[in-house]
Amino acid sequence: MSFEFPLLSLVIWLPIVFGIVVFATGNDRNANLARVISLAGAILGFIVAIPLYGNFDSASGIMQFVENHAWFERFNVNYHLGIDGISMPLILLNCFITPLVIVAGWEVIKERVSQYMGAFLLMSGIVNGVFASLDAILFYVFWEASLIPMFLIIGIWGGPNRVYAAIKFFLYTLLGSLLMLIAFIYLYQTSGGSFSIADYHQLAIPLTPQILIFVAFLLAFAVKVPMWPVHTWLPDAHVEAPTGGSVVLAAILLKLGGYGFLRFSLPIAPDASHYLADMMIVLSLIAVVYIGLIALMQADMKKLIAYSSVAHMGFVTLGFFLFNAIGIEGAMVQMISHGFISGAMFLCVGVLYDRLHSRQIADYGGVVNKMPAFAAFFMLFAMANAGLPGTSGFVGEFMVIMGSMQINFWYAFLAATTLIFGAAYTLWMYKRVIFGAVASPAVEQLSDVSKREFAILAILAVSVLWMGLYPYPVTEVMHATIDQLLAHVSNSKL
Amino acid sequence: MNFIPPDFAPASSEIFMLIMVCIVMLADLSAGEGRRYVAYLLTQITLLGCALLTFLSFSTEVSETFSGMFVDDAMADILKLMVYGTVSAVLIYSHAYISDRGMLKGEFFSLILFATLGMMVMISSSHFLTLYIGLELLSLSMYALVALQRDSVVATEAAMKFFVLGALASGFLLYGMSMVYGATGTLHVSQLAQIIQSEASSKEVLVVGLVFIVAGIAFKLSAAPFHMWAPDVYQGAPTAITLFIGSAPKLAAFAFVMRLLVEGMGEMVADWQGMLVILAVLSMAVGNIAAIAQSNIKRMLAYSTISHMGFLLLGFISADSNGYSSALFYVIAYVLMTLGTFAVIMMLCRSGFEAENIDDFKGLSKRNAWYAFITLILMLSLTGIPPMIGFYAKFAVLQAVVNAGYVGLAVAAVLFSLIGAFYYLRIIKLMYFDEPETDEPIVSNSDAKILLSANGFAVLALGIFPQALMGLSLYAIQNSM
Repeated sequence: MSFEFPLLSLVIWLPIVFGIVVFATGNDRNANLARVISLAGAILGFIVAIPLYGNFDSASGIMQFVENHAWFERFNVNYHLGIDGISMPLILLNCFITPLVIVAGWEVIKERVSQYMGAFLLMSGIVNGVFASLDAILFYVFWEASLIPMFLIIGIWGGPNRVYAAIKFFLYTLLGSLLMLIAFIYLYQTSGGSFSIADYHQLAIPLTPQILIFVAFLLAFAVKVPMWPVHTWLPDAHVEAPTGGSVVLAAILLKLGGYGFLRFSLPIAPDASHYLADMMIVLSLIAVVYIGLIALMQADMKKLIAYSSVAHMGFVTLGFFLFNAIGIEGAMVQMISHGFISGAMFLCVGVLYDRLHSRQIADYGGVVNKMPAFAAFFMLFAMANAGLPGTSGFVGEFMVIMGSMQINFWYAFLAATTLIFGAAYTLWMYKRVIFGAVASPAVEQLSDVSKREFAILAILAVSVLWMGLYPYPVTEVMHATIDQLLAHVSNSKL
Repeated sequence: MNFIPPDFAPASSEIFMLIMVCIVMLADLSAGEGRRYVAYLLTQITLLGCALLTFLSFSTEVSETFSGMFVDDAMADILKLMVYGTVSAVLIYSHAYISDRGMLKGEFFSLILFATLGMMVMISSSHFLTLYIGLELLSLSMYALVALQRDSVVATEAAMKFFVLGALASGFLLYGMSMVYGATGTLHVSQLAQIIQSEASSKEVLVVGLVFIVAGIAFKLSAAPFHMWAPDVYQGAPTAITLFIGSAPKLAAFAFVMRLLVEGMGEMVADWQGMLVILAVLSMAVGNIAAIAQSNIKRMLAYSTISHMGFLLLGFISADSNGYSSALFYVIAYVLMTLGTFAVIMMLCRSGFEAENIDDFKGLSKRNAWYAFITLILMLSLTGIPPMIGFYAKFAVLQAVVNAGYVGLAVAAVLFSLIGAFYYLRIIKLMYFDEPETDEPIVSNSDAKILLSANGFAVLALGIFPQALMGLSLYAIQNSM
């Protein structure tokens, strides 16, 4: 085989190296230097990721850009990277969001700037590693390592209750992943000494161990997604995290869970997946309906968006367990689109919070009078969050509802209620915050978005509209992979 | 009657050590009060010399001497090299601390060296008597070290507890050994294994002996329910001594378990396996849960040690070279993390101020970002988060446990380590999320500073590239069995 440029390694390690350089700039005297280097790193990170899309062969479902080197032979663990139509869009999403997050924290973060910016770059590289790993232990290392920067981001720059939120976030996620580690080790034994994920896909496992493996994976991924009833860490973490932290959490970290289902649960334990599909669908529908209702009652904007994230991610897990192409593709589209929309929503709240230092809906009102441009952006994102046709929010939800219609009318019916609840909680919040009379003298003082904020929101607005009107470039790359996955999952491994 | 002198070559490093201890004592006496560095340097040179001797005599062959009471194999050499390195690091870390508190006397160095000699003998023994002699040499030196600060009430109390309980444990051990002797008529490790295999001995007596031996081992390892001494001793002893007690002797204890249980009574694996399971689970439970309630950092780390010893014992349960090498890897990783952690605690101490409470870590990231970062690595490693070495240690042991078919045990182990995550995270929380209570600068010697940086780096780098150390562990075990 001819020498191939290790593009995936570059996509993973470039942000990490930049992150370390940013850490090395030291204390806040060099804050500007830290900002510039991190932005350069983040943008470079995005640029080097573009060829992943450009040179991707979307007709094939096999792993591409593969790199495989021995890492530690003692346990036959390899540095094995590769991407397919499922992981590639998620890597791009991650590389796309990182520069926005850096810019969003540009002026707002004044303390320990280098650590803040460095942590986000580190996080970006680590998450790319999670998506690109084809070795279970490599995956696990990246998966766990991603906890560390987020823990620090919430704990250092977060709100008043940040310590509680950070520790809850860490312990919850650790609980899930430790059992996943046991599952990996078990698979290592049964496969005769391999940690290759592809080997696990081919491994025949009886039903009972399959169910146990599925449950171990479920805990890890359900906590990340998060699914009802293990979602309770998310509102806490979101509320306390700084804006950038919330954006990365919602746009990127939640996708790790969804990705895990597609890469591990379904192909490794297909029979257990079918066996437990009804349970998964019910849990997903509870997330959609019940969490939607909870979101309606929130007085805190960030909490509201956090609950709406849970509801939207319910669509993702619903789509996965329908076992038809449109459901899984819809779920994938929903993941990408949720990355844009929830990121944008949190940024909007961040814009308001930076000015008024309040997240309470009741403290606002009549913002449109003072911030017309902001109100327009917020309107677009709120509509997208509610699933308005023409925005990216619509595409994924619609596809998943179509998929569930093929299985059971009532699944589709219940899932479709989100179009009502989603519109209700988002638009009601929008109405209370943006319209009405100017609520207080503080609101009277508000200034409209700065150029920096305008740029971020405009980029996201374009993405949301583009994905809503022309989702083909995103769905096209995943067709082959998802067809292959479905074919694989429909074969029993018993 | 003609006397054939034994082959001294396999024990050359022990003999060298013994001679050097005497030289260190004499040199310190003649150098006098103002020139303690003579003893310090000589001690380091001794360790270096031993390391050279051990390294040069390194071979994969197993050589026995002194009528088979003393063995020199790959595992012994590797463990001894680790011990020298650890003791040397302990001395570098604790030098400033010890001299600030008026403990920098010749006794300190000679006791440390005697303890080291004890460990070396333990590691190389292939006879219950040598094993016991080594253990007692180590233990007696440690009792004295704990009481080194004569006018400190807590230290003296800790030394008393340590001594009484340690003597009790030695009694258990001797009693168990005498039972084994009664049943088999030998104290030679290798002969013992043969006799047990041939089933020419009374099984009942052997099992009773085994129970006492395991209890003695558990005492020395501070595994629950024989862990009571550890928190008091860790807390009461001067931090430098705690660092010593908590690090190198664990390597010797590993060898102790290997020689006694695996090499000597390996045929009775079915009997001791169950005992170790109980000890391991209890230790992980007691250690992790009790550590949460501690406000004294040294006490907390004592409970953390107990839980780690439980994890270590899990490695022996699978009873194959895979499991033993995992346990060896675990103990090396553990020693590396302990060294760093106690070194940070000592750096937080100033003359006239003992860093004892976990609150002393408050705001460390603002007082000294670098030390805080190293502590962050150490704490995450102790928790078992990749890419730190602590993760691979846990991973290797869990792998061995699952391999042996104890999946439920592995699940219990990870759940207990999840509980453990909380108190390590609390240290990180104090360092990074809280404001400092004092703005006293952190002063430390540059050699300790460099070593601590290297130590933290090693915890991270060996985590990113674990193959070398894993390979070494496996090599050590495979070439000794």
